[in-house]
Amino acid sequence: MIGELWENFTDALEGLGSVVHFLFRLVGNTPRVLLRFSLISQQIFNSGALSLIIIMLSGLFVGMVLGLQGFQLLQRFGSEEALGTAATIGLVKELGPVVTALLFAGRAGTALASELGLMRATDQLSAMEMMAVDPIQRVVVPRFLGGVIAMPLLAGIFSVIGIYGAQLVGVQIMGVDSGSFWSQMRSAVSLSDVTEGIVKSFVFGVACSLIAVYQGYYATPTAEGVGRATTTTVVTSAVVILFLDYLITAAFL
Amino acid sequence: MNQRAPIVDIRNLDYAVNGRPVFAGLDIQIPRGKVTAVMGPSGTGKTTLLRLITGQVSADSGEIQVAGQDMRVLSRTELYVLRRRMGMLFQNGALLTDFSVFENVAFPLREHTDLTERLIRQLVLTKLQAVGLRGAAELMPAELSGGMSRRVALARAIVMDPELLIYDEPFVGLDPISLGVILRLIRRLNDTLGITSIVVSHDVQEISTVADQVFLLSGGKVVAGGAPQELKTNPTEIVKQFIGGLADGPVPFHFPAPDYFSELMSRSEEP
Amino acid sequence: MRKSRTLNLGTGSFVLLGFAALFFLTTQTTSHGLAVFGPAHYQVTAKFDNIGDLKVGAPVSMSGVEVGRVTKIDFDSNEYKAVVLLRLNERFNKIPTDSDASIYTQGLLGGKFIGLTAGGADTYLKDGSQIDFTQSAFVLENLIGQVLANFTKQKADEQAPARADPKATEKTK
Repeated sequence: MIGELWENFTDALEGLGSVVHFLFRLVGNTPRVLLRFSLISQQIFNSGALSLIIIMLSGLFVGMVLGLQGFQLLQRFGSEEALGTAATIGLVKELGPVVTALLFAGRAGTALASELGLMRATDQLSAMEMMAVDPIQRVVVPRFLGGVIAMPLLAGIFSVIGIYGAQLVGVQIMGVDSGSFWSQMRSAVSLSDVTEGIVKSFVFGVACSLIAVYQGYYATPTAEGVGRATTTTVVTSAVVILFLDYLITAAFL
Repeated sequence: MNQRAPIVDIRNLDYAVNGRPVFAGLDIQIPRGKVTAVMGPSGTGKTTLLRLITGQVSADSGEIQVAGQDMRVLSRTELYVLRRRMGMLFQNGALLTDFSVFENVAFPLREHTDLTERLIRQLVLTKLQAVGLRGAAELMPAELSGGMSRRVALARAIVMDPELLIYDEPFVGLDPISLGVILRLIRRLNDTLGITSIVVSHDVQEISTVADQVFLLSGGKVVAGGAPQELKTNPTEIVKQFIGGLADGPVPFHFPAPDYFSELMSRSEEP
Repeated sequence: MRKSRTLNLGTGSFVLLGFAALFFLTTQTTSHGLAVFGPAHYQVTAKFDNIGDLKVGAPVSMSGVEVGRVTKIDFDSNEYKAVVLLRLNERFNKIPTDSDASIYTQGLLGGKFIGLTAGGADTYLKDGSQIDFTQSAFVLENLIGQVLANFTKQKADEQAPARADPKATEKTK
């Protein structure tokens, strides 16, 4: 029993080392890839623009729920006017980055993992190697960078739409004063709150994209291998996101 | 460059995977300008041999020279330069799924050269014409049959005018007509382009019709080598089994198992 | 080639949208905003003995109307006073130079803000001016201390006359 646990532990440690090593490789190849920006731009479209609908819809609904719950809670203390502050802080610091990252892992992360996994399984990556084209530069790094760039932008859009959703429920439906909603928010929310959110979404972007491309690139070259790569991507991303969320929140305190 | 030197020169090569030896003291020389077939039972490491030649894996010990380059000392950049002189055809074609047939064949040109669009177009269409698929230039890989995919992959492999063409099991799963097409192309390309071809296959009958030289691998070594006719009269057991397609011989029919009678009997005694 | 045109368009729109969202978050939801986009401002300073828990971004009001914000809080180690930088809206440029700046509390237990009371001078505050008349924040502990001190003093005064007579007769003896 102990032996098994120890093996699992050392396997996990080895995996972690492998992932970090992969990250360095990607970062090392980034300058060259930046010269071929069209590759990255295509991936920003795939990871970002194509995720817009789900992010915007989710942002709207989360914002609306925040408006409802926030109003009910604040009503107990007679501070309904603070709804703007509550919703904005909640979205910008936590819900925006975290929920966006989870959705991103589910939509864009799985797409990245399965694309690369399929290329691995059908020998496309080996074929590229044989044609003297480095697949890391041509295929992997653009996808990684596309995800890293898209994530903070998506999180920003999520938060903005969320704030409007909260406003929709709070002001239009529940009757909170529109002026108070915005003015209290403006005086209570500080730039460091917004910065914390942006830092989080950037870090989450790096983590999710890294996990997705790593799983795809090193997938077992079979049909089940690709399937496993995609599910592992989502599960691992979720845990890592939530863990990093704690770390960053604590660091900003 | 010595034109008579073999294009692949392997001496006393050892290679093991996870402790299991694949090659032990392998010796093989592949001559220039000819079509050479490499055959053998499943699992003898034919694909591994190709990987050693293309530098995708490196040997544990021994010498391996490809086109005059010592594979053991090549840096990554030098390896890439060497690979531009080779073309490889993968078992399933390995076309890039997001690109059309035309774009697939143009890929090496776009990545490695600065040619104008017009020139690229002419080159691509010429190579597609050579494999008979110029009319399919706008199709996507998903719309191609197995045989057609492989022909496109072949066009892509020759677009940079390589000195060496490597075919990894090109006949697997093809109908007789497509098979005949590929065979014809292998021979014709080799002769008209003046290149060397290495074909890994186990289709004895088919490959014997186009190969100049055949090597038979078994147990990590070369057990027979020579012109196809010579192999038919080779007295070695393993060669006879392989060429004749015999069910039993040095490669046994039965997977290792305990004694048949005792296994049957022990089961009927259990309550 | 046409496909890449719509692709680039899509990517560009997405990136623009994203940056617009981030821009909105940083400027429209925080108290700082971007000075470039707000109405014109001018800065004045005021020194206080004690600013309590006055925060950067707190409002500055006159007659209950918001005329500006606190943008910076510093410390003067020569005079041992807090130096507060106020950013006032250019629209309110007729504030007399002898006006008074006091620190008030919003509601009973709310945050602190600065209230300006007009003086009578003919010259007005402009960029770089200093408000000389200030009143520090109300600190609850000091008030309690004062009340206690007053209370004990009162008690001592009540007892003092009884003790003073015997003391006076003793001294004059």
